[in-house]
Amino acid sequence: MQYHTPASFEEAAALAAGAKGTTRFLAGGTDVLVQLRAGMVIPDDLIDLKRIPGVSDITRTDDGGWRIGVAVSGAQLGAHAELVADWPGVVEGMELVGSTQVQGRATLTGNLCNGSPAADSVPGLVAACASVEITGPDSSRTVAVQDVPQGPGKTCLKPGEVISALILPPRGKNAGDAYLRFIPRTEMDIAVVGCAVSLRLDGDTIKEARVSLGAVAPTVLLVDAASEAITGTTLDDAALDALAAAASAACNPIDDKRGTVAFRTEVAGVLAKRAAKIAYTRAKGA
Amino acid sequence: MSKIHVTTKVNGDTVEFLADPRETLLDCLRDRLGLTGSKEGCGTGDCGACSVTLDGTLVCSCLVLGAEVQGREIGTIEGMGGDDTLHPLQRKFIEHAALQCGFCTPGFLVAGKALLEKNPNPTEEEVRYWLAGNLCRCTGYDKIVRAVMDAAAEMRGEAA
Ligand code: FES
Ligand code: FES
Repeated sequence: MQYHTPASFEEAAALAAGAKGTTRFLAGGTDVLVQLRAGMVIPDDLIDLKRIPGVSDITRTDDGGWRIGVAVSGAQLGAHAELVADWPGVVEGMELVGSTQVQGRATLTGNLCNGSPAADSVPGLVAACASVEITGPDSSRTVAVQDVPQGPGKTCLKPGEVISALILPPRGKNAGDAYLRFIPRTEMDIAVVGCAVSLRLDGDTIKEARVSLGAVAPTVLLVDAASEAITGTTLDDAALDALAAAASAACNPIDDKRGTVAFRTEVAGVLAKRAAKIAYTRAKGA
Repeated sequence: MSKIHVTTKVNGDTVEFLADPRETLLDCLRDRLGLTGSKEGCGTGDCGACSVTLDGTLVCSCLVLGAEVQGREIGTIEGMGGDDTLHPLQRKFIEHAALQCGFCTPGFLVAGKALLEKNPNPTEEEVRYWLAGNLCRCTGYDKIVRAVMDAAAEMRGEAA
């Protein structure tokens, strides 16, 4: 295994594009090192991105959004008061990943690129309309987060391509988001169902909403029907029931000992209601 | 496979070692530097026995490569007490019998110290959540939590 420390994303992409065998990018390392240890993936070339300037920074973009470096840890996100005030749902999703120690290293971009349908940080990013900047050997492009996962462990990244930053849009006024997950214990577990809701209000009425579900399909889902169910409403009981029904209808989960199909489908609706209420309250308070 | 030359700081001292690219920081601390206080329970980030601080942040040293720590600052259990003195957390662990086999103890102490630096007055719930990534197969955790709470009280200058 060769260990590389490129000084730019262009250099990282060129290294990856020129590599013959298995390549892995290293940011937080909380998945890559586990796979290495288990012998599941032993890269021929390991490309450490942490020496690239800016990868550990959280910066305001000119339009009032956020640019989050690919090596920013969960602990850093949680400690950033302004970011937490804008996007509490995004941050609380990431903070559910692993232990305090894992939070010291694990990153949003890594959680996304690992490609798990149960990744706790991804529904919040999808609901938030986040995007990623991708640097390739020849050109760069921007892709919406919901288009990155293509199946369990699969992403839209082509050989040689590397995510160079994560972008959150400006939060704007009267808006809020939230993420909830179900696990059978209180900590240190992987989502059986996860749900994020982001919405904006006009007075008491929801002007726009995005609802995303995790762990109920081969990829994290953006559920348009669920968003439509609450848009134009005041989140009254009828709207909440319609939201739950739409969320449940979108589910296509696996059946295992941690949750049956029926259970996951039901819980998706319950979490959607609860997350929507929290997002609504946050939007009111903003 | 060529080894990588790494210069870094451990507990305030500058150290150098040669790391195989696949070696973890935990391996390097134990096998290259002879600092065997940090333990390997799982090697996959689940047990916390290998806890160290990296530039002040609590991490699992089994999830960090040795090659990654060039120019950084690492804190391990070996740096916790003085030459002849114990850190209050270490003393309280003994007083409360918060260890049996002791394998998990260095990890709990390093993690506990990181908690108290961030939050000198944690609730029991905060202690339990913070330490959720540290596993102990002997004590049942209660004595560990009590020891951390008691050490926190002492460090705040409150009579325990
Ligand atoms: S040995 Fe590192 S977490 Fe278990
Ligand atoms: S004292 Fe034995 S594992 Fe904790």
